[in-house]
Amino acid sequence: MTVDTIIQTRVHGLTFATVPAGEGLAKALTMPRGDIIDLISDSKLKGRGGAGFPTGLKWNFAAAEKREPKYLICNADEGEPGTFKDRIILTDHADLVIEGMTIGARAIGAALGLIYLRAEYAYLKPHLEEVIEARRAQGLLGKDIGGVEGFDFDIVVGLGAGAYVCGEETALIESLEGFRGEPRNRPPFPVVSGFLHRPSVINNVETLAWVACILAKGADWFKSSGTASSTGRKLFSVSGDCARPGVYEFPFGITIAELLEEVGGENAKAVQVGGASGRCIPRSAFSRRISFEDVPTGGSIIVIGPGRDMLEVAHNLLEFFVDESCGQCTPCRLGNAKLLEGVEMLMAGTCTSEYLSDLRGLCNTMQVVSKCGLGQTSSVAFCSILDNFSDEILGHAGRYH
Amino acid sequence: MALITERDRLRDDVMAIAELTGFNRSSLIPILQEVKAKYGGIDSYAMQLIADVLDIHPVEVYGVATFYAFLRPETEGRYIFRLCRTLSCDFAGKDLVARQLKEDLGLDFGETSADGAFTLTWTNCLGMCDQGPAMLVNDRVYTQLTPTKVRAIVDEYRTLVEEQGVQRVSERGR
Repeated sequence: MTVDTIIQTRVHGLTFATVPAGEGLAKALTMPRGDIIDLISDSKLKGRGGAGFPTGLKWNFAAAEKREPKYLICNADEGEPGTFKDRIILTDHADLVIEGMTIGARAIGAALGLIYLRAEYAYLKPHLEEVIEARRAQGLLGKDIGGVEGFDFDIVVGLGAGAYVCGEETALIESLEGFRGEPRNRPPFPVVSGFLHRPSVINNVETLAWVACILAKGADWFKSSGTASSTGRKLFSVSGDCARPGVYEFPFGITIAELLEEVGGENAKAVQVGGASGRCIPRSAFSRRISFEDVPTGGSIIVIGPGRDMLEVAHNLLEFFVDESCGQCTPCRLGNAKLLEGVEMLMAGTCTSEYLSDLRGLCNTMQVVSKCGLGQTSSVAFCSILDNFSDEILGHAGRYH
Repeated sequence: MALITERDRLRDDVMAIAELTGFNRSSLIPILQEVKAKYGGIDSYAMQLIADVLDIHPVEVYGVATFYAFLRPETEGRYIFRLCRTLSCDFAGKDLVARQLKEDLGLDFGETSADGAFTLTWTNCLGMCDQGPAMLVNDRVYTQLTPTKVRAIVDEYRTLVEEQGVQRVSERGR
């Protein structure tokens, strides 16, 4: 018997399917570099990887740097638990991503683009290289792109090697340079000193695809959906206890309740928004809106059904962080291990209330003093589970034996 | 003599990748990936050799090889089964699948079979959350696993090993 490998992911209403590649770049080639950045700034596009930094501002910083060469890096290290939208974009709309990179290169003056593809997606590498090769053949990559003299830009695909922390942009750069994926101190930010200590822009896969769409359809089109400070639409990776998991596109500002109705997860007891590093939102807060100003996310939505044990959820997430902490800074390396031990004590019924409040203090310390986003966010889910499900957690103590 | 031949082959392989990617530090991970894919592990001789080729200290090579989950220096099986243990796959029933994998491969998690054919290990989120439980076997993804499917997949790989042995060829086209 032959076994099916990947089953088709459900995909709902993607704008990317309606915007043909080619239009965005053609438009960009007629514009001065500064105008491209102004257009992206005007659209208020914010980074789709989760951190939400304004793309136009990032590009502007890099464009202002005089040192050459500059690099444009596509962050395809989609490792956040519950996230798979970039896999779909790279599979179905790689042309738009490459086009977004080319537009970005034009805007900041980058000579080389790199796609950092996570090792788990290694099977996508040949596909990406085919798309790149086809665009080279059409004169859309390489020398004098689109007939514009002096506009040279090419792209290579680099593979990760299995490390969640490499999705953090400075760890990603370390990895590309051949080092352990340990985050750097910032500043200097990558726009000043990034790959090989040259000015580098790192954008998420989805951000770059939106760039191509914005060039093709305009900033006003983009701003017509979303909220005032979270403009546009966003791809969501929906998994867990729901009837219709898959990749969905919704405008920013959608409430969690509305989203759950779309995906068939109305009876959820909680939703983990933003992956392992995100927040656990209880049923009582389902009227909250997904946006950078309320509940932010890189797109991961894990629906937690009524039968789930929240202590086991916390255990699973903390095991993940203990495994994936790079070990460079102490609060993250030891803090996550202590939190996991605390959850195990809760399971065994040996965690006093006093120790639990000590653990809370530890969470605060980790959030303040960890070097990178991993340690700063790894305790967020644990805290929100403690806040919202304390009766369940304390009441169930000892039942694991 | 066999030992010398093996070492010559390793040197040729390392040089061939470095010729493509450049004799610089950025080539370290691509070289390690190739060595790992072709030899199943990265022993201290390989680390020293790579260090010489790139003109860096061997401890730098060791530090990088031990950092990344997919570059473990220990010699692993011809086929590495990596089962996702992260939340969505956990909800989808990864524990049942794990038990079946252990039984059918005759291995515990973290173990490699004595004939060098199989390694069973946990991995973190594979990005297949909508169709869990999911696993990777080398670069190939399997999703919506059930104990019955596990049986069929393991049988397929056992047949492959019977036909082709555990000899490796590089799987990453370069």
